[in-house]
Amino acid sequence: MRRAHAAVIGAAETTEMGKLPHMSQLQLHADAALNAIADAGLKPSDIDGIATAGETPESLALYLGITPSWIDATGVGGCSFLMHVRHAVAALESGHCKHVLITHGESGRSRVAAAGFPHPIAGSLPQQFETPYGTFGPPTMFTLPVLRFLKERGYEQEDLARVAVVQREWAALNPRASQKTLITVDDVMASKMIAYPFRMLMCCLVTDGGGALVLSAADRAADLHARPVYVIGTGESVEGNMISQMEDFSSSKAFRVSSRNAFSDAGITHGDVDHLMIYDAFAHLPLYGLEDLGFCARGEAAAFIREGHTRPGGRLPVNTNGGGLSYMHSGMYGMYALQESIRQMRGIAPAQVEGAKISVAHGVGGMFAASSTIVFANEKP
Amino acid sequence: MKTGRPLPVPTPETAHFWEGTRLGELRLQACRDCGHTYFPPRPFCPSCASKKVEVLRASGRGTLHSYVISHLPAPGFEPPYTIAVVKLEEGPKMLTNIVGTPCDPALLRLDDPVQVTFETMNEQITLPMFTIAGGTR
Repeated sequence: MRRAHAAVIGAAETTEMGKLPHMSQLQLHADAALNAIADAGLKPSDIDGIATAGETPESLALYLGITPSWIDATGVGGCSFLMHVRHAVAALESGHCKHVLITHGESGRSRVAAAGFPHPIAGSLPQQFETPYGTFGPPTMFTLPVLRFLKERGYEQEDLARVAVVQREWAALNPRASQKTLITVDDVMASKMIAYPFRMLMCCLVTDGGGALVLSAADRAADLHARPVYVIGTGESVEGNMISQMEDFSSSKAFRVSSRNAFSDAGITHGDVDHLMIYDAFAHLPLYGLEDLGFCARGEAAAFIREGHTRPGGRLPVNTNGGGLSYMHSGMYGMYALQESIRQMRGIAPAQVEGAKISVAHGVGGMFAASSTIVFANEKP
Repeated sequence: MKTGRPLPVPTPETAHFWEGTRLGELRLQACRDCGHTYFPPRPFCPSCASKKVEVLRASGRGTLHSYVISHLPAPGFEPPYTIAVVKLEEGPKMLTNIVGTPCDPALLRLDDPVQVTFETMNEQITLPMFTIAGGTR
């Protein structure tokens, strides 16, 4: 049975996004946080729960002047913020706090007071058995399973390119998107080689920005915001921190576990979903996501995209902000997937899906290391 | 031999593996209770949690499971270079470099047979790498 676990009563991104050398990473968190708290009609002193990744709850508490009675510092990469939503739901339901602030900010491009991509600890298993072979960062690790995936599914490299092409169509409708010029499959295939088979336009942007959410109990949400967005289902899982040890190179175990639990928790079927966000650090992720979340049978995701079902006007609009490939990608993109789901549920997205009632945001952390899924609804069940 | 490549820092649980590569052996572990053969090293079976595990010498044969050809600058590497995952005959997967074959997708076909080779980095560390079996070296 469907039930509202909690509600988003505040949501906002940083005032500016893109190249922001005049802002430190912590200030990006704070800028988004103050925007989201204002959207909720609250003051920082009303916040009694803090969840964040990249920065720490301590740094946020001090900087914003908040004394929390509940914190969550889950940091598993880009989907941490989706997990924060899941954990916040549990905290609100158990009465640990009343108003949870979740923040993300990342000086991914300008690198002002930013940690950078974490290198494995000396002596850790990835450091011993992966790093010596030249796996420096996501472009050479997140991509490593993909030739296997393409072979097992019978997909072509052009199917990866088409993901970027369709997302650019969405970005063209979004004034805040970093890249809005329409591109073709040929453009993608002619772009600079990064790590074969991945070319530049199959890889995410590198930008500065942030976003924040305020969550409260569902019962009073309608008094706190004109358009509360309800959390009706959540899921999470991890598989492991070594891409070489991923059990099945053509399917993410964490995607399957997280999404199955979120759908079951929400009491929805795939046909109920009006809008879908699949974290796209690289162009293969929407293909894995469509299959592992169960929207497409194995081997059918590429045709689903080729036939136009995920593009503007399609029956399953996916990554309607333009995604990490064209909208923005500061490093831990999950917050922006959540923000777009919430805009769609509020009816205020630049590329609004008319009449959308249920949105699913699905995130990844690390290189298929972690995953979390959130199901939103704009009507209280 | 390239210099500047980041080298593994062995731990008590992995010492046998790096001793093996110095001797020209690729060592895996197997469970005496359930028979599971596994990698990376740990002193218990990840399948059944038994501590009755033994070190075994792998054949060094496997197949090319997946790879990327990196064109990015990296300390100790001259791009392009091939980062691969091989599937060993005994079952486990292992990340490695393919050496002795040009970085050309036409010459790097998935499921091609591969063979281990050992590259000495210094007195302590010898890295296992793989060649395409039958390829030129």
